[in-house]
Amino acid sequence: MATKEVDEHSGTETTGHAWDGIKELNTPLPRWWLWTFYATIVWAVGYCIAYPAWPLISSVTPGLLGYSSRANVATQLEEAAAAQQIYIEQIGALPLEDIRTNDDLLSFALAGGASAFAVNCSQCHGSGAAGASGYPNLNDDDWLWGGTLDDIYLTIAHGVRFDDDSDSRYSEMPAFGRDGILNREEISDISEHVLALATQEHDASAAERGAELYVENCAVCHSDNGSGDTALGAPALNDAIWLYSRDRASIRAQIQVPNHGVMPAWAHRLEDVTIKQLTVYVHSLGGGE
Amino acid sequence: MVEVLNTVDPVDVDAVNAKHNRSLYAKRVKIFPKRVSGTFRQLKWWIMAITLGIYYVTPWLRWDRGDHAPDQAVLVDLASQRFYFFFIEIWPQEFFFLAGLLIMAGIGLFLVTSTVGRAWCGYACPQTVWVDLFLVVERWIEGDRNARMKLDNGAWTFDKLRKRLAKHTIWILIAIATGGAWIFYFADAPTLLPNLFTLEAPVVAYSTVAILTATTYIFGGFMREQVCTYMCPWPRIQAAMLDESSLVVTYNDWRGEDRAREGQRRRNPENSYGDCIDCNLCVAVCPQGIDIRDGQQLECITCALCIDACNSVMDKVGRPRGLISYNTLENYENSTKEVPAHTHLSALFRPRTLIYTAVWGLAGLAMLFVLLSRDRLNINVLHDRNPQFVQLSDGAIRNGYTIKILNMEPQPRSFRLAIEGIEGATMTRTGDTASAARITDIDVDPDAQKSVRIFVTAYPDYLDGTSTLFRFTVKEIGGEEHAEYEALFHAPEE
Repeated sequence: MATKEVDEHSGTETTGHAWDGIKELNTPLPRWWLWTFYATIVWAVGYCIAYPAWPLISSVTPGLLGYSSRANVATQLEEAAAAQQIYIEQIGALPLEDIRTNDDLLSFALAGGASAFAVNCSQCHGSGAAGASGYPNLNDDDWLWGGTLDDIYLTIAHGVRFDDDSDSRYSEMPAFGRDGILNREEISDISEHVLALATQEHDASAAERGAELYVENCAVCHSDNGSGDTALGAPALNDAIWLYSRDRASIRAQIQVPNHGVMPAWAHRLEDVTIKQLTVYVHSLGGGE
Repeated sequence: MVEVLNTVDPVDVDAVNAKHNRSLYAKRVKIFPKRVSGTFRQLKWWIMAITLGIYYVTPWLRWDRGDHAPDQAVLVDLASQRFYFFFIEIWPQEFFFLAGLLIMAGIGLFLVTSTVGRAWCGYACPQTVWVDLFLVVERWIEGDRNARMKLDNGAWTFDKLRKRLAKHTIWILIAIATGGAWIFYFADAPTLLPNLFTLEAPVVAYSTVAILTATTYIFGGFMREQVCTYMCPWPRIQAAMLDESSLVVTYNDWRGEDRAREGQRRRNPENSYGDCIDCNLCVAVCPQGIDIRDGQQLECITCALCIDACNSVMDKVGRPRGLISYNTLENYENSTKEVPAHTHLSALFRPRTLIYTAVWGLAGLAMLFVLLSRDRLNINVLHDRNPQFVQLSDGAIRNGYTIKILNMEPQPRSFRLAIEGIEGATMTRTGDTASAARITDIDVDPDAQKSVRIFVTAYPDYLDGTSTLFRFTVKEIGGEEHAEYEALFHAPEE
């Protein structure tokens, strides 16, 4: 039988356990502590009954109060959607220019446009809208089909060279080389002239020969000074921004057998309000006219 | 005649582990502190009045901050994340002020403890103050110690019921006022008060009042010393904070022992007894239910009421005061009846307390310096990363920035944002029709942050390779304040 050991200083019984001579006192716990513990158990049981608690095969016990965090989120989303409704209606009704110049509508459209862009446009134009070879950069001030709000809207709604939309923007550059309109020397001369327009390194005498050919074959779309024509989607050739590449070989290849980019018409897939927000967003990226 | 050979003598033993011997749980024994008067009781009344006064009155103090900020002197505005303290307004990013205050409070507590022991516990702790307040009510209705004990042990009569009802009603009213006052720190008090009564206040206000009312009522009315002994961590930290030179409430047993009552002294005149007449008054007045004559104890909050009690007895029996006194452990151990050691002021000035004071003062000065020199205008610049730069058709390079201007004054202000560096660089602002320039003016709402999109355009000739350092500066129009931000301008490789 163990002997009852009492600590000399405190007069409290010890448990008999000692560590380096320090003995553990066997101090009784306050009884209210025990009751507090029982209260937490009662609370837990009540909580299990009141709130969803026990996992079942495909759901959980619903709880008497009918609380559901999922339903709460759904309600919050509905409330948020209802709160957005006023902006959405205005964006639907107002012309683009009015949206752009109204602070509240602008910030709403920019947020909505940014998320629509990320979902629908970023695959080709990049998440920062910086584009890639063959896919225009939307941040700069060079536009194939025009950079006004209305131009951008039309391009997004009906696409470019998109067969399923009769209003789609359309133009086609002839395949001067493949179809035998120009021979190799002529294409080479025109390329030198285009390099000259773009203030790149070029063969001056060839460029001079090419100038005449350019006026005959190219200027009708790209204009005499190479400034292009957004009505026809003809890129400017006299600036620093090139959809493909501005080296000699790329220019020759484009004249020989041109590449033509295609963009889908979004009017069939997105609501008009979304397209308007996208328009304002793209316009805001820095190149909007 | 047959003799019984095998007799058994019962052994006188009690099983150590017998059930009745060993209870795992201890019931709280009620304490009925006796009323006492004296210097320390007087001090405690004053401190109680001051601390309770500060607590209840502060939310009602007004402080004019103009039309764009609340006029409550002390307000924690959780919804708009602002803290107002008289002339100080703190934004969330200035939260370090609170950290600083907590550091000062911590070191202050160390300093106080190392010099005068658990003064916080005994005088200023809300638990102590409210228990004192509850005891005042208890004494007022039920009488002093003996009357209360009698009432408590007595049968349930109408008189007992009436007294108990009155006591608990007043306690609950105090508890409601306590819980109620707390929420006034978090909302405009004069608006919230009527709203509370017309049930227009937010749910969280009612639940906060309910919880604090419950804790005040339970802690102040029922748990009392249990809170200090079992729930509060401070008494445990205490053990590490006291040293031999700290003043603690001490029973000077070198002077008091051997203790003896009057009768015993008369019967044994040849014995030399100590000053303690074993009247037990020090035990009767103790709100923690301990006997200070047992020495230093965890439960002792050093409220010093036993000092008052003992001094009054010493006065009566014609002995010098201070049988129970604030004393240091060092003095206590070096004292004898013939040569008592005296506490010198120099005990306060020892390396430990000086270091605490220095650190405390430095923390305070540092905060004061930061407070007086802090900016009420801030600029943050976020450089676009995707794309880092955009080439424009005329060969220029453009970079995009999101600029946040913080107007931390409660008045609307206008600022002039300008580019410094990069020759020829200009900027345009999204949503602004002004043409490209090196400056743009921005209006910011009072106490608000404004975010603007800025495009900076520069020509490669003036750029320094792929990244060029320049500055955004922002200056208050019609004012003195200004701020700047060093930014980078990215360009493609040539």
